[in-house]
Amino acid sequence: MTKQQANWSPYDNNGGSCVAIAGADYCVIAADTRMSTGYNILTRDYSKICKLADKCVMASSGFQADVRALQKQLAARHLIYQHQHNKQMSCPAMAQLLSNTLYYKRFFPYYSFNVLGGLDNEGKGCVFTYDAVGSYEKVGYSSQGSGSTLIMPFLDNQLKSPSPLLLPAQDAVTPLVEAEAIDLVKTVFASASERDIYTVNKLELVIINAAGIRREYMELRKD
Amino acid sequence: MFRNQYDTDVTTWSPAGRLFQVEYAMEAVKQGSAAIGLRSKTHVVLGCVNKANSELSSHQKKIFKVDDHIGVAIAGLTADGRVLSRYMRNECINYSFTYESPLPVGRLVVQLADKAQVCTQRSWKRPYGVGLLVAGLDESGAHLYYNCPSGNYFEYQAFAIGSRSQAAKTYLERRFESFRDASRDDLVKDALMAIRETLQGETLKSLVCTVAVVGVGEPFHILDQGTVQQMIDAFEIVAEQEGPAAEPDTEAGQEASAEPEPEQGAAAGEGVAPMDI
Repeated sequence: MTKQQANWSPYDNNGGSCVAIAGADYCVIAADTRMSTGYNILTRDYSKICKLADKCVMASSGFQADVRALQKQLAARHLIYQHQHNKQMSCPAMAQLLSNTLYYKRFFPYYSFNVLGGLDNEGKGCVFTYDAVGSYEKVGYSSQGSGSTLIMPFLDNQLKSPSPLLLPAQDAVTPLVEAEAIDLVKTVFASASERDIYTVNKLELVIINAAGIRREYMELRKD
Repeated sequence: MFRNQYDTDVTTWSPAGRLFQVEYAMEAVKQGSAAIGLRSKTHVVLGCVNKANSELSSHQKKIFKVDDHIGVAIAGLTADGRVLSRYMRNECINYSFTYESPLPVGRLVVQLADKAQVCTQRSWKRPYGVGLLVAGLDESGAHLYYNCPSGNYFEYQAFAIGSRSQAAKTYLERRFESFRDASRDDLVKDALMAIRETLQGETLKSLVCTVAVVGVGEPFHILDQGTVQQMIDAFEIVAEQEGPAAEPDTEAGQEASAEPEPEQGAAAGEGVAPMDI
């Protein structure tokens, strides 16, 4: 008798891509706004970006139901932190919390591919990239999601940062200025939307700098 | 207080039908420093007197933010109050997580009251020795509740608890009819006046009191020392102009508090900041 296979999966992939780039005093986090299932479109206008703390924003692609549950978990934990410590969580602290939260469900993971971006305690941009079970690394830039195979090589070409394993430790942030980084992100998504059917419709950008957080939108191919 | 043979256990009734341990717990509330609350249709203000044990120590935190729309002021065993605030915060977070909407204040006070009641009916527990003034805003408007160690709770237009609270209550009873439609600033002013009543002659300075506000469009927050001192100065000037019978030491107190205030405000900011939320 052959082994019975599952005829139902608890997961689905809603597609989409996210990118984050860290600068000397800013951080750009971007994601497209299409939510799909299979070859169908669920909606053209869904935000994959979530503000977790004053200086910390997360973009996630993958299974949006798990993403939403993860966002709520982190928001609740952040509230508890604020009650106990009387201040907002810093981006590195949130990065560790996200890693722990993901690993907590190591044996029934959140199907969520995250990039966390923000400013650290000194006001420098930082980006953390994750896999689905919480393995993370501080980097200068990253992309996740269905378009990441198209986007990441291009970012590597433009922004290649020194390995964090090098000694002496070298800065992982990109030398670009904010406007250049935003331009790069727009270019990268415009390219990805040419060939990835899931990374389309609209691009949502969130830019964090010392002045605060602002949001920008750019139209992409809609097919 | 009376010592009698029916007060050893919280689970022992007296022949008169009283639980003495619970009543003793209510006494603990009366020993704590004063806390007052008052509400209008759209805002609720909490105030409390902060007395540090000595000049070297910081004062105890008596007002806690529970959620954006709920705050609590305590009187009595502040450790019990801290623990109950943590419970309230957790309840609010859990409710928000499940229902994506703020926990209605009325529900929270019932949960709190039930928690207190449990401690009056277990032989291995003791009642919480803290009274809580819960101030909150929900869809049905602004609310002020008082939760006592017995597990009872009541809704109030204005109330005061703790030591010398009777003086504040008298003041509030005189003025409560104007609270419903009062403006936010008037409400804060009334709170400060009520606090002053409990100080009984001592000068009212922002150092000895804490004031917090929650209202429509205004999440719960504790007013900072500078703002409070400004409001005190404002109505004390008015009081002087209106009443030449005002004590001369209010004027002296005002000047004395105005000068050292900037330094104390800065120093208090460092010492007080971890407490204030």
